[in-house]
Amino acid sequence: MPDQDLKAMTADIETPDFETTAFTAPPPLSEATVALVTTASLHHPDQDDFAPADAGYRVLDGNRRDYVTGHWSPNFDAIGFAFDMNTVFPLDRLDELASQGVIGKVADHHLAYAGNQFDLSAVRMDSGPAGGRWLKEQGVDVVLLTPV
Amino acid sequence: MSTLAHVFEAEGLATIALGSMRDAIEHTAPPRGLFCDFPLGRPLGVPGDADFQHAVLATAFGLLDATEPVFAQYPISIEEDASEMIACALPPRHDPDAHPAVDEARGLRNAYERGAVQTGTRNGAGRVVSADDIPAAIEAFIRVADGVPWKEAGVPGIPSRVSQDIRGYYETAALAMVDHAPSAWAGTRWFLDETETGKIILAARAAMRDAGAKHALWFYMTPGDR
Repeated sequence: MPDQDLKAMTADIETPDFETTAFTAPPPLSEATVALVTTASLHHPDQDDFAPADAGYRVLDGNRRDYVTGHWSPNFDAIGFAFDMNTVFPLDRLDELASQGVIGKVADHHLAYAGNQFDLSAVRMDSGPAGGRWLKEQGVDVVLLTPV
Repeated sequence: MSTLAHVFEAEGLATIALGSMRDAIEHTAPPRGLFCDFPLGRPLGVPGDADFQHAVLATAFGLLDATEPVFAQYPISIEEDASEMIACALPPRHDPDAHPAVDEARGLRNAYERGAVQTGTRNGAGRVVSADDIPAAIEAFIRVADGVPWKEAGVPGIPSRVSQDIRGYYETAALAMVDHAPSAWAGTRWFLDETETGKIILAARAAMRDAGAKHALWFYMTPGDR
């Protein structure tokens, strides 16, 4: 039962503390621009793969579907994502929700980070805020974050 | 994941974080967190099931109605079905002079190519080892399993990454031979437990461990439960 075993193995990994919790009120979902941000280390084949401990992010074009995972951890089921990208990166589902008017708009671009980080200081202080500002500049209101 | 939620929220974005590990998402406490007790690697739950994925998304977006930080658990859990093994016919022996693992990998090449067309090698096959070079990478791990130090065995990159590429090659080939979404870990079980190359990877990993190689170099050649 690798899933239960792996979850148990990682249960004690230190996670960061946040003394305060920022909280942004969104516009109505039917008017909001929604972006995906995943820690599945996704990138396009023509972008740089993620290096070990890579704290940067890749900008993913929402009009493409050639997303490749560059995650360094073997500790997740990869064949589900291979079978259906929406298992991790539900962009087709967001497009459907936009066409139904449930969400206002799907962002043109999305972001991917590498989730296999033991030291999160660079993400917390540098690439995280930079990615957030970039999304804000693109007109994004709401971000759905997906792990792997 | 939850760290990014905190950071993004401070930048003026409203976020919803999905999490597959309860302890992590509870402790990091993102502004809006939805714990989905699904297998690792499947945060939307079920591959190929748009209705299920939409139900998860509806619950996630529903958290935007909260007026203060909120944590919720998705009401449906998905447990790993450890009994399912992908039913993929492995190729018969073709070259009796080749190691069975190498012969097997060569025999799966056509299936890999079909799978790559279907999936675009989303699972990362080919990052450091191209399909053409998979047999040579397997030969290097055969040497490691036989006791050759990994640095002298011709492993074409960091062993864990090379191993991931080989696993990706096999799982991509497997997808060309199944007609449904495999259950979680069924592809990994098939690769490690049923294929000749899987046995070589496990043996090479054990040999590196026993030879005192750095933990990160051998440990991440397979999922950590092995």
